[in-house]
Amino acid sequence: MSYILTLKKLELCRDGKKILRGVNLEIGNQEIHSIIGANGAGKSTLAYTLMGLQGYEQNEGSIIFDGEDIAELSITERAKKGITLAWQEPARFEGLKVRDYLAIGARDNGGITEEELKDALCKVDLNPEKYLDREVGEALSGGERKRIELASIITMKPKLAILDEPDSGIDVVSLKEIVNLIRALKENGSSVLVITHREEIAAASDKASLMCEGVILRSGDPLEISEFFKNRCIPCDNRIYPLTEN
Amino acid sequence: MTLTKLDMLSKDTEDMNSAYDAAGGNSEVLHNHEMSSLVVSGNKVLSANGTEGIVLEKKETENGVDIKMTIQKGYKIPLPVHLCFGLIPKDGIQEIKMDFVAEEDSEVELIAHCTFPNAVKVVHKMDAKMVIGKNASLKYTETHFHGPHGGIEVLPKAYVKIEEGGKYYTNFALISGRVGFLEFDYSVDAEKDSICEMVTKVYGKADDKIRILEKIALNGENARSVIKSRIAITDNAISEFRGITEGHAPRARGHVDCMEVIQGNAKAEAIPIVRVDNPLAKVTHEAAIGCVDKKEVETLMARGLEEDDAIDIIVKGMLA
Ligand SMILES: Nc1ncnc2c1ncn2[C@@H]1O[C@H](COP(=O)(O)OP(=O)(O)OP(=O)(O)O)[C@@H](O)[C@H]1O
Ligand SMILES: [Mg+2]
Repeated sequence: MSYILTLKKLELCRDGKKILRGVNLEIGNQEIHSIIGANGAGKSTLAYTLMGLQGYEQNEGSIIFDGEDIAELSITERAKKGITLAWQEPARFEGLKVRDYLAIGARDNGGITEEELKDALCKVDLNPEKYLDREVGEALSGGERKRIELASIITMKPKLAILDEPDSGIDVVSLKEIVNLIRALKENGSSVLVITHREEIAAASDKASLMCEGVILRSGDPLEISEFFKNRCIPCDNRIYPLTEN
Repeated sequence: MTLTKLDMLSKDTEDMNSAYDAAGGNSEVLHNHEMSSLVVSGNKVLSANGTEGIVLEKKETENGVDIKMTIQKGYKIPLPVHLCFGLIPKDGIQEIKMDFVAEEDSEVELIAHCTFPNAVKVVHKMDAKMVIGKNASLKYTETHFHGPHGGIEVLPKAYVKIEEGGKYYTNFALISGRVGFLEFDYSVDAEKDSICEMVTKVYGKADDKIRILEKIALNGENARSVIKSRIAITDNAISEFRGITEGHAPRARGHVDCMEVIQGNAKAEAIPIVRVDNPLAKVTHEAAIGCVDKKEVETLMARGLEEDDAIDIIVKGMLA
């Protein structure tokens, strides 16, 4: 099996505190891989470190993407290699039109057609007629902005899409759409690393990993990992610890 | 009243047409005789088309033009009136004096393009007096195009009086090319039930200097106003914003909103001033100066843009 992403002993400190404490992880080509774990486990931190955001430069370990160590690369360089990230809480862009935002990710792939723009919005269940010429700013609801953020991942056609809680702020009824969207990304050739608290999304993955206190505790079959998290971990002192390991 | 229709064939006219297009206008509207328009290059009036309901008087002066424009009582002008002011040479001075009256119950939209594509040492002064009559409405948009040299001083000054039930909306944009030195000075008296909305958007680069002073006195009961300013500055540019709103009458409502984005060594100052001497009036303000939002920049970088391009898109969005 060839891997699109391999993490070895990845460590990250912030303000003197070790948040990622040696993450090991492998994600296969066109694999949907979900990461579950308690609040504060370090899931978003892992996503930011993979994208290379400012303040999230790894301290130890390696990030091998598509056969190459990308630790020294900037955000832009990583994106050009095919990694992208959808934030848990997307940015607001005053004055930027949805159509222009969606076109940005497609720039390096020879641009985007009107049809593709519409198609991307339909995939996140937004009516293109209504949204294409609106602004990604103040006037949109949190859920709408979240959908547009996901649409911008579709138009980019990345090799690896990192989705940080794509379900947060999205109504329960639409959860199925998110699952379909993740599958559509896979069908279009992307691998997907999805951080989630939703069993429905974890269940739709090919593989899952449980993150705890800055490490990946175990990886495997999504149902088994979810069950383990639910039944074999105990909350204690605002943290969740596994009963068996430790 | 002088109504001139000049054939637009001269070299001056051609130059102004292309400058007008470069400033974001569409020079065809200046030829369209169903639309009202006025084109001034330096101190020469190149063309002037009036339409029914608009009385236009103009006089060429030593360094510019005196204009008197009256929208006659009850006339609602269906199409916008296009104004084009400019100076094609590298240096010179242009002084526009504008006396504008919208008579009772009239309605008009003025779209002004000011274009100085080659300016190296140019002064453009505008001194306007505007009266918006009872229940009349004026929408005024002014867009500037300055070229890359920055050797320009732009000094727009206006006194605006909005009479009972009148509406005044103005939008000033100086985003393309260099600002040079801008001193924007508008003062408004707003009477009973009137509405005033003033928007300024400026993008300063290199050693541009921007000074914006806007003052609105809400003198009449239920008068309402918004001052909205969006300024982006980079390199060594400097900006100073002062937005004053005074509430002098019951149920007068005013708001001042200034947002500035700075990069490089740019320096910005924003002073919203709120004065109220009537206990039933209410005036609020917000001002924010900061760098470009980090998450916005990183999001666009994560879609493959270089940092500078990402910042450019964000700033242009804010100024759109
Ligand atoms: N600058 C910082 N300094 C110190 N600790 C930090 C800093 N930033 C984040 N942390 C800590 O890192 C830990 C991991 O945070 P992170 O946001 O990655 O968690 P998460 O797994 O995504 O949680 P959630 O499910 O709530 O989104 C938290 O305990 C958080 O308090
Ligand atoms: Mg998180």
